[in-house]
Amino acid sequence: MQKQIKLQVARYRPEQESESVFDEFEVPCPNDWVVLDGLNHIKDQLDGTLSYRWSCRMGICGSCGMTVNGEPKLTCATFLTDYAPGPVRVEPLRNFPVIRDLIVDLGDFMQKLVRVKPWIVRAAEKPLSSGEYLQTPEEMDEYKQFSMCINCMLCYSACPIYGLDPKFIGPAAIALAQRYNLDSRDEGAAERLEVLSDHEGIWGCTFVGECTKVCPKNVNPAGAIQRYKLNAALESVKSFFLPRGA
Amino acid sequence: MIKRSAEPLLWMTFSAGGVVAALVLPVLLFLFGVAFPLGWLTPPSVTHLAAVIGHPLTRLALVVVCTVSLFHAAHRFRYTLYDGLQIKHLNELIAILCYGGAVVGSLASVYLLATF
Repeated sequence: MQKQIKLQVARYRPEQESESVFDEFEVPCPNDWVVLDGLNHIKDQLDGTLSYRWSCRMGICGSCGMTVNGEPKLTCATFLTDYAPGPVRVEPLRNFPVIRDLIVDLGDFMQKLVRVKPWIVRAAEKPLSSGEYLQTPEEMDEYKQFSMCINCMLCYSACPIYGLDPKFIGPAAIALAQRYNLDSRDEGAAERLEVLSDHEGIWGCTFVGECTKVCPKNVNPAGAIQRYKLNAALESVKSFFLPRGA
Repeated sequence: MIKRSAEPLLWMTFSAGGVVAALVLPVLLFLFGVAFPLGWLTPPSVTHLAAVIGHPLTRLALVVVCTVSLFHAAHRFRYTLYDGLQIKHLNELIAILCYGGAVVGSLASVYLLATF
């Protein structure tokens, strides 16, 4: 008989209940099954009404982030057998409004992300005829780590500051701002500084470090924020002594 | 243009204070609080210590150690109150008490070292 494990899955159907309840399901637990496989099994075999997001199954798309036994995890990279004999509690990501079952509303992050201009900003674009913007491998190494972010929102879910103050721009947005600030082709650092040097920007962070701990892509947002704090502090000293930006 | 705010300056004192407090204070506390009183190490004579503290550079260093460490503590405590007790609406009062305390403590260290 195949090994089974119990999944306690948070359900929230706004037309049916005013707050989240748990449904229990027994699912197979082979060694190569991740939590997402368990959820897919429920959806296919046991209860087709279960709602959750997923796409790639390989830690690239960043859409299957959920709270597994209290910790923010990518469910496609979290093996069921690691939780044997169970039960495994699957809840939506914390710090976001729940739309249905395991699906949260990411609208807040989407608005914040645009504010830090996560694209290459140029004062003037080169004409196409003059070719590509070249970059050495060393220049790419400067920002590569921060470019690994898949917007899975585990860091926002883990960040106690974001939980307390939703105005805080948050770890992934700051790490992505740094990804472009450190890009040799980019000229938008001053524009981003305006957004990030706010109290709701980097200064809201008190370096709890949970964002880096839960990041499935080793982006190290906490490190990005601390580095950026030093940079912003030096810029602020410079602008004090050289108010006209000499 | 960066918005004028005291936050970068406060963070720099916090950051400097963290480094100084972590590097200098444990050594001083170990020497003068544990090793000398318990006789593990031979303490320097009073005249020797007085001569060391009498030097302007020592005094300056000690004032810097006290000041940045106190600002570090003030900043940390301010955010602990904000986030731990959820009393952000008392922002001004908390800031005045925390950083005010650090200023008073720093002035006391200046006074003590200047009149030593």
